[in-house]
Amino acid sequence: MEILVCARRVPDTSENEIELNTAANDIERDDLVYSVNEPDNYAVEEALQIRDRVGGNVTVVTIGSDDDEEILRRELAMGANQAALISDDAFAGSDGKGIATILKSFVQKGHYDLILTGVQADDGAAQVGGMLAAMLDYPFASLVNSITVDGAKLKVSREIEGGNREINEIDLPCVLSIQTGINEPRYVGMRGIRQVASTPIPTLGVSDLGIDHAAVGQAAAKVKRIDYFVPAASKGAEMLHGSREANADRVLELVAAKGGLK
Amino acid sequence: MARTFIYIVHRSGVVDDSAAELRAAAKKIDAAASPTAILTGSGPDLDAACNSLSSSCAEVWKVANAALAYPNAELVRQALVSVLPQNSILLVQHDHFGIDLSPGLSIKLNSAFVSDVLAIESVDGTSLKLVRQEFGGQASTHVRCDISAGAVINIRPGAFKPEQNASISGAVIDKSSAVGALSARRRYLETIAAESGDVDITKHSVLVSIGRGIQEKDNVALAEELAEALGAAVSCSRPVVDAKWMEKSRQVGSSGKTVKPKVYLACGISGAFQHLAGLKGNPFLIAINKNPKAPIFQVADVGIVDDVLEFLPEMTNKVRELRGVAAK
Repeated sequence: MEILVCARRVPDTSENEIELNTAANDIERDDLVYSVNEPDNYAVEEALQIRDRVGGNVTVVTIGSDDDEEILRRELAMGANQAALISDDAFAGSDGKGIATILKSFVQKGHYDLILTGVQADDGAAQVGGMLAAMLDYPFASLVNSITVDGAKLKVSREIEGGNREINEIDLPCVLSIQTGINEPRYVGMRGIRQVASTPIPTLGVSDLGIDHAAVGQAAAKVKRIDYFVPAASKGAEMLHGSREANADRVLELVAAKGGLK
Repeated sequence: MARTFIYIVHRSGVVDDSAAELRAAAKKIDAAASPTAILTGSGPDLDAACNSLSSSCAEVWKVANAALAYPNAELVRQALVSVLPQNSILLVQHDHFGIDLSPGLSIKLNSAFVSDVLAIESVDGTSLKLVRQEFGGQASTHVRCDISAGAVINIRPGAFKPEQNASISGAVIDKSSAVGALSARRRYLETIAAESGDVDITKHSVLVSIGRGIQEKDNVALAEELAEALGAAVSCSRPVVDAKWMEKSRQVGSSGKTVKPKVYLACGISGAFQHLAGLKGNPFLIAINKNPKAPIFQVADVGIVDDVLEFLPEMTNKVRELRGVAAK
């Protein structure tokens, strides 16, 4: 099976305190810790496991700049067969549809049976996979938390409310968005990344992909970010600033008063 | 102004609570107009849901088709493409179904799509100014959406306060004939119910709940010790289940359990909206997190900026001391 995984490099929200920059047109990017978008990493692991069961190749693609190559190296070190970086100034300001348009051009340059994305990235939009599928006229399923290959079909489970699982049969080729927890992504060390340091990663731009300039970038975007802002303070928590011991005393009092000790 | 529609989810003839929130959101786009509700499904369940909505929406569009008995987003999308007028604005709840449906629907309608919207600030001719969040709720952003060719907008659950409306007598309009044969290359097979675990977290009045801040599996014991001392149970947020440190049955959130404790100790939990969606009954919420920017502090009653790996043992000692004194 030929599998494509679309991945992104994002600020790791579990490692960073996100602050706005002074112009409020972006977050403060200095000193941020970046990593592979977590659901994307699960998607790559899932692709590798499927390939190892049924054969084929795993390709990882990202849209970004030279800085984003590091996540492609990481995914190669995990075991992906090849990687590609899509990069062009013309892509700046693309909305979700613009990103899906770029990916569609890349997909049409190859032959993929299965395309995986993470369920969402740092903007929390959860949109590109579904858009890409609709553009390609492939079937789509979101929030996938298990995949079984059955010939030219897959059996996939979707995460729905209350921990219930919705089981679907889906024809190949298809696009799936992968939920975290679907597998246990393998560990990649520095040594593994060094071993793929010389693997060539092609960079592709607008002309390589035959993309219509008018369909991507800021001018084509129907959805544009205006600014970042700090929301008007809600009630917010009463913050305890005492010593750890004093704070623990206070919390214990509160638990006893509000909930009771058994 | 383009016509505004709200897509209504229903089960066994009962309209989902999100209907009132979507109506409230639609009023922010066009205060003068009553949004048109669209329901897909089949049989008496669909009729019952449509009839009950007609007391709050002036028009209810019913799309009945045997293939829509289960809401397979791929089929619902085809039906909506056939039924919706050009340039419509459609509001959908941002849940597992809205995530499945809306992005692809916007492509087929050639309209804009905005995901997970928290507020609609203003309408200016053919554009909407909307509020979203990024970076796991750590940053808020305004986005402008061009609605001149219509839009599909996913609305965050709980973000819009339903208004009390006088009961009206709206009309149910059958649009089923606009939909041709439906077939999808994705077929719904069955729903598998969540497994019940060893501990029922929905039955406890105090929950010690842990998130990513617990850092590794061995540290889960720190929460278990405190819970045992308090007579409470340990629950968790999604990353703890993803990492296989706790069973899925302990997860609080929209994809886990809905709990109604009196006290909720959120330990190393950032406070993603999907997690908070599982917290009902307005519990007293105490949050401990290393990151002062964690969104959980926006909703907590009491907050402490601290490392849970240090704070939990301190708390456990305090409880044991108290118990020791009480026993004397």
